Amino acid sequence: MKPLRRVVPFAASLLMLPVAAMAAGMPQMDFKNPLTTSQVVWGAIIFAVLYIVASKFALPKVGAVLEERAAHIANDLEAAQASKLKADAGMAEATAAIAKARAEAQSAINAALDAAKGAAAEQSAALNARLEKQLSDAETQIARARTQAMSALREVATETAATVVARLTGQVPDPQRLSGAIGAALAARGVG
Amino acid sequence: MAAEGHSSIDALGQFTLEPALGAIGRSVNFTQANTMMVVASGLVLALLVVGMRPRAMVPGRLQAAAELAYEFVLGMCNDQIGHGGKKFFPVVFCLFFFILFGNVLGLFPYFFTFTSHIAVTLAMSTFVFCLVTFVALKEHGLHFFSYFLPKGIPMAMAPLVILIEIISYLSRIISLSVRLFANMMAGHIILDVFASFVVMLGLAGGIFLIPAGLSLVTNVALFGLELLVATLQAYVFAILTCIYLHDAVHLH
Repeated sequence: MKPLRRVVPFAASLLMLPVAAMAAGMPQMDFKNPLTTSQVVWGAIIFAVLYIVASKFALPKVGAVLEERAAHIANDLEAAQASKLKADAGMAEATAAIAKARAEAQSAINAALDAAKGAAAEQSAALNARLEKQLSDAETQIARARTQAMSALREVATETAATVVARLTGQVPDPQRLSGAIGAALAARGVG
Repeated sequence: MAAEGHSSIDALGQFTLEPALGAIGRSVNFTQANTMMVVASGLVLALLVVGMRPRAMVPGRLQAAAELAYEFVLGMCNDQIGHGGKKFFPVVFCLFFFILFGNVLGLFPYFFTFTSHIAVTLAMSTFVFCLVTFVALKEHGLHFFSYFLPKGIPMAMAPLVILIEIISYLSRIISLSVRLFANMMAGHIILDVFASFVVMLGLAGGIFLIPAGLSLVTNVALFGLELLVATLQAYVFAILTCIYLHDAVHLH
């Protein structure tokens, strides 16, 4: 029972709170209290001191550090930009040099190749001519030897045939007829 | 502060002003609200001065916090006021951090919340109003009064429109101060009420321990909400100041 006695008026007073606040008068509205106005005067003095110290001393210090940093960053960026430009220029130079060197090397190679080709062609032409000559020489020698051999063949064949006929028949054959028969036989074999 | 008068909740007692700093404070009517103002201002300046002491190119934690605070308010000034906003940066910075530290410090137990006093917030909003009006008159001279008559309004409507514009201009003092004061006061009353629940229901014992526990949980959640409100209201005050300054510099 005792707790309830305590809680019920407490709950009732809670409901009355807004009304009570207005009725009882807030300490904030108690302008008869000299402290209510004096706190404002002191507050103005304190705020003025805060403003002066902050605006003349504390804030510029922060601003200076921030500006210094911004300038530092800007400088670094600028330097980086300059280095990049320089590097780009160097790169372009190197690329151009490489291209030039490559072109020079290519032309040198081409010239050397052409010279070598020319020399090789000359050499091979000379060699060919020599070989051709040797070949034709050899061919004429062969042809001569062949005709000599062929003419010798007729003599040998005639003599052999005459001897064979003389042994078989005992009489010397008519050279005219023998020569004609040998010629026909050679012609038939394609050697005459 | 709770349950002093037997069974009623004294949620407003926390706003009562007391003299601070002993006899000297009493003689010059220095209150505990002013002590908190000094603490708040001191912390703001300490953040800036101690934080920036290393002047490091790559900032440490405290320096990063100080720089973040600086750049946050500077960004707000530049975005909201636009051209010429940098001139008002120190005053907006001081207002924002004075209120922010006042609000947040007020959430600590036994600490006084000076932004829960209408006299203080009214003084600040009046200061902003005077600053804005002064800047507008300095920038535009008498042409400033054209602010109260937007272009393209029929002449017949002019008196009514001018009246409304003037009322809305003057009501900035009230809206700016009451918004901050009411938010801070309401939050602290609710925290106090639920804290009183915890104590009263806890003392009642038995079955009442359950709602006492629930009240405690609620208060923890409310404390998080109040942290949000404390930050948000400081931001709102600062950004409205910026918007008013924008109007003063650019006339719409």
